Amino acid sequence: MIAARHALSAPRIEALLDELLEVEFTFRQTADAAARLATLDADTQHFMIDWIKRVASTNLELGYQVACRAVAALDAMPRQMIEEWALRAMDVYDRKGLRPALLVIEGLDAFASEQRARARGAVLERCEGVLQGVLHGLSGRALKVEAAARIYTDSEKIFLPQLLAQLPSEAENFSLYKVSAVFQWARTRFGGFSALRRAGVLEGEATPGLLALFHRLEGLRLEGILSRELPGLYRELTLLGRNPAVAVEPPSQWAPWRSRLMEAGVSADDVLALARRQLGRLHGWRAPLYYGEPDREALRACMEARIEREKGRFRVALAEIQSELRGDHPRGAPLRFGQRPVGERGDPQEAQIEILLDDQPLALPPEVQRTLGSIIQDLDALPQEYLSAAGAGEYDAEREGEERCAGESVWSGTYHEEGASLYPEWDYRRKHYRKEWCAMREIDVEPVHDGFAEQTLVKYGGLVKHLRKSFEALRDEERLLRRQPHGDGVDIDALVEALAEMRLGREMSDRLFTRMHRSERNIAAAFMVDMSGSTKGWINDAEREALVLLCEALESLGDRYAIYGFSSNTRKRCELFRIKRFDEPYGAGVRARISGIRPRDYTRMGFAIRHLTRLLNETDARTRILITLSDGKPDDYDNYRGVYGIEDTRRALIEARRARVHPYCITIDELARDYLPHLYGPAAYTVLNEVSALPLKVSDIYRRLTS
Amino acid sequence: MEAKTIHIDEYIITREPFYQSTGDEIAIFEAAYANHLPVLLKGPTGCGKTRFMEYMAWRLRRPLITVSCHDDLTASDLVGRYLVRGGETVWIDGPLTQAVRAGGICYLDEVVEARKDTMVVIHPLADDRRVLPIEKLGTLVEAPAEFCLSISYNPGYQSVLKDLKQSTRQRFVALEFDYPGPGPGLEAEIVAAESGLEREMAARLVQFAGMTRNLKGGGLEEGASTRLLVHAAKLIASGVSPVSACRGAIAQALTDDPEMLAAVNELSASLF
Repeated sequence: MIAARHALSAPRIEALLDELLEVEFTFRQTADAAARLATLDADTQHFMIDWIKRVASTNLELGYQVACRAVAALDAMPRQMIEEWALRAMDVYDRKGLRPALLVIEGLDAFASEQRARARGAVLERCEGVLQGVLHGLSGRALKVEAAARIYTDSEKIFLPQLLAQLPSEAENFSLYKVSAVFQWARTRFGGFSALRRAGVLEGEATPGLLALFHRLEGLRLEGILSRELPGLYRELTLLGRNPAVAVEPPSQWAPWRSRLMEAGVSADDVLALARRQLGRLHGWRAPLYYGEPDREALRACMEARIEREKGRFRVALAEIQSELRGDHPRGAPLRFGQRPVGERGDPQEAQIEILLDDQPLALPPEVQRTLGSIIQDLDALPQEYLSAAGAGEYDAEREGEERCAGESVWSGTYHEEGASLYPEWDYRRKHYRKEWCAMREIDVEPVHDGFAEQTLVKYGGLVKHLRKSFEALRDEERLLRRQPHGDGVDIDALVEALAEMRLGREMSDRLFTRMHRSERNIAAAFMVDMSGSTKGWINDAEREALVLLCEALESLGDRYAIYGFSSNTRKRCELFRIKRFDEPYGAGVRARISGIRPRDYTRMGFAIRHLTRLLNETDARTRILITLSDGKPDDYDNYRGVYGIEDTRRALIEARRARVHPYCITIDELARDYLPHLYGPAAYTVLNEVSALPLKVSDIYRRLTS
Repeated sequence: MEAKTIHIDEYIITREPFYQSTGDEIAIFEAAYANHLPVLLKGPTGCGKTRFMEYMAWRLRRPLITVSCHDDLTASDLVGRYLVRGGETVWIDGPLTQAVRAGGICYLDEVVEARKDTMVVIHPLADDRRVLPIEKLGTLVEAPAEFCLSISYNPGYQSVLKDLKQSTRQRFVALEFDYPGPGPGLEAEIVAAESGLEREMAARLVQFAGMTRNLKGGGLEEGASTRLLVHAAKLIASGVSPVSACRGAIAQALTDDPEMLAAVNELSASLF
């Protein structure tokens, strides 16, 4: 194929582009683009045209713009970067629409220079996990890393730029990330913010420039602390500081203050006092990059919200302790809580205050202890009013906890993706994923208590008995293994034989013992049930009956299993209906939910497979099986049909297999033989010719699969 | 060099093992021993449970028999079994029976890992009967006053299936162990004494352990135990650089996850 490839002429390319870009009824002119492409060699032509085709499959205008810039792009970037450029444009198109995507295509040069910076720079996305781990390990509050235009912290989140490329290598840029993150941690940890708050500096800047000066002086103090607490990090910091892109030496007037601030025993209050005295006198130093910038408003808002929240949390915790201790006498007088400082002022991380109850020290649960530590970090002490337990209804649990949006309520208002999990989808024309494409929600099936399960059990009475028996036979049981080389007891038969052999002058066997052997079943199975509109009528009945019988059978076996129904209505509304979770016992609730399975909309399968694979992987079972009950091809309202749907489903199944989940499909679609082997492989599906066979077969297939 | 074989009755710890008491556990154990009560040690891995047992065995001058329990450990592994030798069956005592006969201390490490049928032999030994039934011989061995049964278990990471039953745990006097608390450098002292490392470096190691313990639940299953700290300290004491020692003895022992490993290594690089 490649050997036979010749460079195409301009008219040939023009015809090809016209076809790809469907120019017939548009004003697009492909002649220029074709003429430019014609100057390329065959291989490059093929590469570019392939990408034009892939982009055009997403959007024709986008494809046209790529075609127009093809040669310019080849001049500006290597091939791999062109691929990223096209993929980025398609991602932006998926997420934000055509206009921003066109900006990506037009911003070719900007993209190229950003990519070059990326090549030597460190990207937050890639090192976020490590930074998060480092911060978590350093303790104090659980600080979160987030992307922002500049480096700062609001005392709960640490904001870092998407990309750091100030330094020549990736390792150095990562080091800059780390030092910046740890420096911001130190700002929250060593009392600078609580000093600012106490002095009212956060309330509004009475003296302009005070906060900025404090920020730099405090930075010097923190450098001193880091040199003692984290000497390794301090070495890295000084190394970075030698690079003028990161830091410059402060002017000479700073020098005496610098050495004084770096000594041990300087408090944040001292720094603040110094800043007040020197305001207007000390200036002219661009602080190092890792110092970050102060953000008064963000800091104030975050601290006030936290102080309020933790006051509530702490008092509610005391109320809980109170009600626990009082037990039988809930109406007594409120308990008297007190406090007492412990130890010398040492590690501010450990709460230095002991909570007393009637003058006896009280052991707090760890999360309350953490809250107490955080309160002291903010306020330097525990105010007396914190020590009265919250009264009933004083803090509303609803207001306390973050409101969660889930399920159906999302749809009552305007559409948004909050509370949904986003899953990618494979676009076979693009030969790439569409990122965060499907908005998936787990929703409970509305239970219907109509005795459906009981009727089914009566209807299939004989079969149920048979199923139970055959499944019980599979259950792990202790088996006595005979003729073992080691074991708990002597195998008399073997011994007699061995002695006889010995008398005959033959060699005596050493397999003379019996041993109990337990073969453990360690299986988790997820059942993924088609709830699309096409199952309406007897398919739905058969599915429900099959599930009832299956549950009966599985209960006697003891395998872990979950049942979820799936349905979709475009990628924005992908729904998995919980019928039974892995950790939920089988009972009336599950039966009522099985009975409540109703046909819904369409059959998008990719997201359901991806989500259930994830759930399966959260179980610690050795064997994980994903069984799909379906009645047809993957299909959804928004282009999820034909090859697209099948290819995405196939991709999701490949991902599942890679995650060591065994997929299997049971279908009643007679045409399924055409596409199922492509999806599940030659042996991992069953096509049932009759709907009525479903209830009988599903359990049977499961038994065969797992024995 | 040939390894020395010691008969069980002679296995008495003669050199005092290093043990740093963190509370009143020694007094409680001695009182329990004097009153013939069995003891349950609770606590995370590597916090000194086994060392405590060695120390108590030395203190009470009794032989210590330790059995590390695993999922396939059966009652006969503890009590004993018949072997066939030259056409005859011969009874061989298991470690528990040996400890009972010798009046020693039998320590069943991680007892929940063992099979359920081991409880049949542990229960009668653990209450006031203090007898060991040997079903296959049809005899009961009565434990002498010196015998002591003790078991350990780690409440941290057992699955629901492997919880200690109430009927078992309520037979024992329970002692709780944890990593030596934030008190004035206790853990650093232990690390220094075990490894011969100077105090200051040992304190840094403990600080590092604190960081990994912060990560418990946030990516690590378990923070660094005191045992791991001692390992790292020994490496440092023999000249390995602290960062390499932490990487080899602590980070790699804690996790295989590359991101977590990087984070833990960055932490140790920050500290030293």
